[in-house]
Amino acid sequence: MTTAGRDPGLQPERTRLAWRRTTLSCTVVALLAVKQALHGGAGPAAIVAVSLSALAWLGFLWVAHLRVLGMGTARPRPLSARGALTAAACTVALAVFAAAMLF
Amino acid sequence: MNEFVQGLRLWFAPQRIREEGDTPDYRFSLANERTFLAWIRTALALIGGGFAVDQFLPELAWAVRAGLALALLAAGVLCALRAVNHWVRCERAMRRGEDLPVSRFPTLLALAVGVVAVTMVVVVLFGWEGR
Repeated sequence: MTTAGRDPGLQPERTRLAWRRTTLSCTVVALLAVKQALHGGAGPAAIVAVSLSALAWLGFLWVAHLRVLGMGTARPRPLSARGALTAAACTVALAVFAAAMLF
Repeated sequence: MNEFVQGLRLWFAPQRIREEGDTPDYRFSLANERTFLAWIRTALALIGGGFAVDQFLPELAWAVRAGLALALLAAGVLCALRAVNHWVRCERAMRRGEDLPVSRFPTLLALAVGVVAVTMVVVVLFGWEGR
């Protein structure tokens, strides 16, 4: 990052940290999902549930990683709609797994 | 409603956002992005709450537990979808130089969380157990 064109309000840094906080929240939820899935022992259904939760978590991490890389410039481009949709889709997927595991 | 359908179309054709208006100051876009992330965190917290109700209240009757968990999970899903919608609408309003959209969603979410909290208090006070 060049210090010359650097925003004095540290907006890119704040946004990067917001992504970090969000991935941490996502990690907690994914861990709860794994705990839930393994509650009844490690059968085939549990393995599938764990894999799907891990996939949702990895999808979120991937979006966040690309975005954090994008924050490395002095004037980052706006978030892409695909990134926003993927992050929301991973969140919704975790909720759907939770609902499915209730039954 | 028409406005909503238009917004929904923008979700899947993001390049159309860039076609209209002027690109706002990147700091405004980043602030919008952080608001989006804050809503996603709210959604994740609600979903985590749904998991927690199911995992840490095993002595509740199944119907009560499932009802509470489903309410929290549904709120989380709505919150995540609404985060994308609000982000798209704000981004578009900034490009067009319009006022930012107002929304009654925060009120509805607050009421829903309040109802779930009161239900939890009632359930705990009256020991609504499934034994």
